[in-house]
Parts: sequence; C-alpha cells; structure tokens
Amino acid sequence: MIDPHIASAFDRDLEAIQAMLMKMGGLVESSILNGAEALERRDLEMAEQVRHGDKAIDALEEQVNEEATRVIALRAPTASDLRTVMTVIKISANLERCGDYAKNMAKRTTVLAETPPVGSASVSIRKLAREVQLMLKDALDSYIQRDADLATQVIERDEDVDQLYNALFRELLTHMMEDPRNITPCMHLHFVAKNCERMGDHVTNIAEQVIYLVTGALPDDGRTKHDETPYMSEEG
Amino acid sequence: MNDMRIIQRTAGMNDTKIHAKDVNVYYAENHAIKNVSVDIEDKTVTAFIGPSGCGKSTFLRCLNRMNDTIPICRVTGDIHLDEEDIYAKEVDPVQLRAKVGMVFQKPNPFPKSIYDNVAYGPRIHGLARNKAELDEIVEKSLRRGAIWDEVKDRLDAPGTGLSGGQQQRLCIARAVATAPEVLLMDEPCSALDPIATAQVEELIDELRQNYSVVIVTHSMQQAARVSQKTAFFHLGDLVEYDETGKIFTNPEDSRTESYITGRIG
Repeated sequence: MIDPHIASAFDRDLEAIQAMLMKMGGLVESSILNGAEALERRDLEMAEQVRHGDKAIDALEEQVNEEATRVIALRAPTASDLRTVMTVIKISANLERCGDYAKNMAKRTTVLAETPPVGSASVSIRKLAREVQLMLKDALDSYIQRDADLATQVIERDEDVDQLYNALFRELLTHMMEDPRNITPCMHLHFVAKNCERMGDHVTNIAEQVIYLVTGALPDDGRTKHDETPYMSEEG
Repeated sequence: MNDMRIIQRTAGMNDTKIHAKDVNVYYAENHAIKNVSVDIEDKTVTAFIGPSGCGKSTFLRCLNRMNDTIPICRVTGDIHLDEEDIYAKEVDPVQLRAKVGMVFQKPNPFPKSIYDNVAYGPRIHGLARNKAELDEIVEKSLRRGAIWDEVKDRLDAPGTGLSGGQQQRLCIARAVATAPEVLLMDEPCSALDPIATAQVEELIDELRQNYSVVIVTHSMQQAARVSQKTAFFHLGDLVEYDETGKIFTNPEDSRTESYITGRIG
C-alpha cells in the first residue's frame, strides 16, 4: 500500500514492528554465516559470539510480539494491515527458530574443535549454510518489496538445500562406516547439517507468509519433499 | 477464526430476500446512487459501509420506499422483495413498511407509554383481534427487543423516560411488532454507549434467526462484528459486496482496502 493512513501514528507503529523484524532478520543472517564460518575455521571465539548473539534475537522476537499485540489491541488492523501484523508475528517466530539452530551449530563447534576433521564435511556444511542464508536474504527482500514472485523462487530453492543435505548425509554415513572413531564428530556434524536443512524449511515458511501478505492466500502446497534420508540405509 | 469461517459458510446458502437491479437515485440533478445491483439474503445481516455521502443510507431508504417522502427524489431500476416489485403502482408504501421495518439513528419512541409504542403498529395494521392477542404481541416483541425484563413492570410508563439504549431497543421492539420480513437499521448504535451498543448488536444477531437485517453503520468494527455480508459504497457506486470476513481480510478493490484500513483513498 502506497497511501499513508489518515492516522499517521498507525503508519509509524506498523513501520516500527517491521523495522524490528528486519533487524532480527539481519542478526539471524549473520548468525548463520558466522556459525558456519566458526565451524569450518574451528574458531571458538566466533562460535561464542554466535551463542551470545542469540539472546538479542530472542529479545527482539519478544519485543516484536509485544508491539504487534499492542497494534492489534489499539488499532484493530484490517485487510493488508492485518495481514502485515499477522505475518510479522509468524515470521518473527520462524526467525527466532533459525537463530536457535545457528546457536546450536555454535555449541557443537566447541565439541567438534576438539576432534580431528572429518573429510571436507565442514566445508560442505558452510556451503549449505551459505545457501540457506541467501534464501533468507531473498525472503526478507521479498517481504520488504512485497514481491510474491521472488518469494516463490525462494520456496523453490529449498529443494537445493534438501539436495545438499542429502549429499551430506551420505558423506557422513560413509565416514562413520569407514572408521568408528568418526562417529562422534559425524553425529555432531549431522545435527548441524540437519539444523541447516530445518532452517531452509523455516525460510520457506517465511516466503509463504510473504505470499500470504501480498495475495491474501497461502500458496498451494505443491512442493515435493526432497528429504530422502528417512529411507537411506548402509546399502543405499 | 474457525467460527468466522462457519458463519461465512452459512452466508450464501440462504435465499435472496431483496433483489435490486440497476437502481439509480437522483436528488434533483444530483445522481446519488449509480446503477447499484445487489442481492440481499434472507436470515443474514448485511452491512452497508462507506464514507459520509456515499449513498448507503439513500440506498437503504429505497428498500422500504422512505425516499418517497422526499419530493425531489427520483428512483429508477427494479427492487423486488421476494417476487414482488416494491415500486409497482399497486403497492401501498404503508403496507410495505410493515413488512420492511426500520430503526433510525436516534431512538425515536412515540410520546406514549411503552405498551402503546409497541402496540401502535399492530393496531393500525389490524394484527390483533382482541386485547389478549395484542398483549401477546407486545410481550413477544419486547422480548425480541431484549428489553422485556427491564420494562415488564412499567408498561404504562412513557417510552421517552427510558435510557437511550433502552429507547433504541424499544424502537427495535416496535419495528418487529408488525412481524416484518426485513429490518432496516440506519446507524442504530451511533447514539448509544458501548454497553447499550453491545446489547443492540447481540439483539441484531438474534434477529438474524428470523429476519433479513440490513444495517448502515459508520463503525467498520461494528460491521465486522455483526454482519455476514458487507457492501462498500463510494460516491454512489457499490464498489464491493462480499462476505464480511473476506472484505476485512482481503478485499478485492483498492478503494475498499483504502477505506477499511483508514487510508486516504
């Protein structure tokens, strides 16, 4: 909507909650990037920063929810205003979860730094995390620009993330079969990889919310699932 | 949310009560209503919303020919109540208004007793054969108006002595006393406090069981609360007419969106 509200304070309220959401999005993006970099470079200091940084994300989520609730109570938003407030609440929950996953990646980094590296798994994980972060960036851009086409592209890209995760799963399985001493680091690496894959799902949810915000309807769930790991075995 | 969907589902399943087609209204040279066509459903609350001067009250008043009383006003087009053309020559506007009752913005009880306020319509239309029947109609109507318990011990007291909210519910009781099929309400709560407004809104929801209710309101929240269908008027045009839940979450027309979200449109 280009037209401003007659009550300009309403515009300021809506802008404020969306600005907080974008700030949250920015923090989550850098947590993902820094978490993956710390993992690859075995940088414990950076990992600690990521763990610590999650507090700010959680605090912002709380603030977004409080302010959004207040807008609902005081302004009774309707139509696109209502959809804005509802999507802000949902997106902030998805971002908060992504923040938790990044924090978990940092936690596991402290354990992984004490075990020998397993192949090039941490490089693959960084690539996976990078892909998720780019998806998140585009999802947030599609929100700002109210661009449902861009959001649709983001949803489609989750397939790539799933493929990367499937490949990592196979790789880790192979390492564990080769040498049981790899099991501990591989278990941790697998959780990190799975967390990245889950982040991709949350980003997909964010993109779906953007489509709802713009069109008033959620997209049809036409996306095929590409997580093949539930069916994978040693023979596979 | 689920509840809203259930109500939405019931809306649209009812028969058309009022069928209006290509209605135009002119006040002398002023074209107040432009080619409005709308089907109003039975047993449904339909809200007309729009900025001042958009024609919503004018259109409401067409539905029981209240505009006949304004000499410079000219109405063209078709308005049918069920199968009957209400603008046909043989239709008596007084009989029509017994079938299509009206409640106004300001409570306007007659300067008579509470009893006589309600009994007035049934008397002139000869709906009761004796005192006992009239008593029954009065009690039933006051119950329908959700005011019986408050006035049953003082039916001889003047209607004008009641509080504003009570007066408005008395007027609704008076409107339903002639057993109308449609109830038109022109901003029925704008002179009432929030408690009385809530009581009238609750009443409107109950009346929906038996009547087709059409309400003009400046309060969009009221339209959202009480109606199942909403029509948005702007500059004499019917811009959008849809289920209330749809209008307030995802309207089709940008003018509707601008109006309901409080933007300069």
